Amino acid sequence: MSAPPFVLSPENVARAEAIVAKYPDGRQASAVMPLLDIAQRQGGGWLTQAAMDYVADYLKMPPIRVYEVASFYTMFNLKPVGRHHVQVCTNLPCWLRGSDVVAETCRRALGIGFGETTDDGQFTLSEVECLGACVNAPMIQIGDDYYEDLDSVTTRAVLSVLKQGGKPKVGSQMGRRSCEPKGGLTSLRETAPMAGKK
Amino acid sequence: MLQDKDRIFTNIYGFGDAGLAGARARGDWSGTREILAKGRAEIVEVMKKSGLRGRGGAGFSTGMKWSFMPKEIGARPHFLVINADEGEPGTCKDREILRHDPHKLIEGALIASFAMGAHVCYCYVRGEFLREAEALQRATDEARAAGLIGPNACGSGWDFEFHVHLGAGAYICGEETALIESLEGKKGQPRLKPPFPANVGLYGCPTTVNNVESIAVAPAILRRGPEWFAALGRPNNVGTKLFNISGHVNNPCTVEEEMGITLKDLIETHAGGVRGGWDNLLAVIPGGASVPLIPKSICDTVRMDFDSLREVKSGLGTAAVMVMDKSTDVIRAISRLSRFYKHESCGQCTPCREGTGWLSRMMERMARGDAAPDEINVLEQVTRQVEGTTICALADAAAWPVQGLLRHFRPELERRIAEARARKSGRAA
Repeated sequence: MSAPPFVLSPENVARAEAIVAKYPDGRQASAVMPLLDIAQRQGGGWLTQAAMDYVADYLKMPPIRVYEVASFYTMFNLKPVGRHHVQVCTNLPCWLRGSDVVAETCRRALGIGFGETTDDGQFTLSEVECLGACVNAPMIQIGDDYYEDLDSVTTRAVLSVLKQGGKPKVGSQMGRRSCEPKGGLTSLRETAPMAGKK
Repeated sequence: MLQDKDRIFTNIYGFGDAGLAGARARGDWSGTREILAKGRAEIVEVMKKSGLRGRGGAGFSTGMKWSFMPKEIGARPHFLVINADEGEPGTCKDREILRHDPHKLIEGALIASFAMGAHVCYCYVRGEFLREAEALQRATDEARAAGLIGPNACGSGWDFEFHVHLGAGAYICGEETALIESLEGKKGQPRLKPPFPANVGLYGCPTTVNNVESIAVAPAILRRGPEWFAALGRPNNVGTKLFNISGHVNNPCTVEEEMGITLKDLIETHAGGVRGGWDNLLAVIPGGASVPLIPKSICDTVRMDFDSLREVKSGLGTAAVMVMDKSTDVIRAISRLSRFYKHESCGQCTPCREGTGWLSRMMERMARGDAAPDEINVLEQVTRQVEGTTICALADAAAWPVQGLLRHFRPELERRIAEARARKSGRAA
């Protein structure tokens, strides 16, 4: 089976050129991760071998070096993923605050388990390690955005908006601005100019 | 207790404008040229005098680290690399700096780079933090348009470029030499040291890798003076610190507090207390997943700083406080961390590649009680055989949480095994 050919779109070539320019002459291999990311986005969320070969050729790297990078980092998908990649953090801080419930809610709402994709290709469900939003646990990442402070009701709500083709509100699902304590600030009451005003 | 007037991150919750105008109103980018005019040696001296210890976990003197860079710029250019690959479970402080106070980081990067003779800084942001990287890029573009960075940054005569570099999902890249490898476009596998990055770092050039928070507090220290910073906290453990309080508390949050605050005050003042009250506390992991847990008896009095936590055989790490109340299955909790380290081992060193798998499988069995009582000793032995035998500290980080569990909750493991055996023999009978 021969892989379909891959070329970056003109807009993405312009992006790639700007990225390569950040690094010293001859150090263009530094751009391999950002370029793989661009190729992955263009390719619908995953990397074909043709895409990796294109990046290798573009950066004048041996293809094996690019495959190594693509297989080492978890954000590169070497198999197709659904349109919405739902990534559930189950590491300790999320687990302590109910990631088991969030994971089970996702499984039921989508009808798939971890590592699986819905038949219509809309959703892939994955279990992931700590995403660094621990005081907003439990949380999931869908696409590029974080959905935080979840419970079963809000998890179902987020997924249902996506199923209907909508865009759920990102961030805290219980109304926090970000990482402040709910129910009133314990610091910066005076100096945070907008604090408490919404 | 820290007062607001001594807080550095005054927009940590993002209620204010994270852009340049908002940052300037909060005092960022004021007198930056005068700070640079002090000269390299003086800036490094002030940083040493301030007593700032690196905020990425290891707690090494930041000023000292800066002083290791060559004094003269030779044929090889110098680089500053900022570690924003925040991934230590429990830790989410740098995220708030990146998205809500990015100008503090960029201004700090200019000052630090100047102090180390670097014209270029790369900020390596974990790939999942795309929105945070976008916020940092917006701030970078603003700073460049305003002449704060770029050629003749702030009118100082120093040319300075700041680049955002996105990772792609690998905890190990938080280790400084793995981060450098990754930035060069390779798998993130740590390098053997020496040579240290200050001699041979990025592209073989002198490089310093600093944590986001360490760099972002530098401008405040240089503006307000090292004495101000050093007067906060306790000797050898000075300044302010961002704490992340997660887990079984009423109000999980991030807060900037004084170093040396007691753990109890931190939790009760800012996080609304332990769920069910202080007496419902079982244990706390006080500094990110890599440090051993401490049981309630220690939590009652311990202070949150490097030396106090080391005295109780734990560590401040990243100051990520994970609170577990009495409903927690503590064996399963640590077993989850063991699974994490197994997943994140880069596979380079055999004791880590094999050892993290061993630990994870044994901890999984311990959580079920599916083990022989003397296997608890085997588990302890495995942690000792893994520890200190590898290129980087990931293997140590995998060993320490298990050691902490055995130190404080061994009877719990014994009971779990006994119960499982009783169930089995009950079924057999």
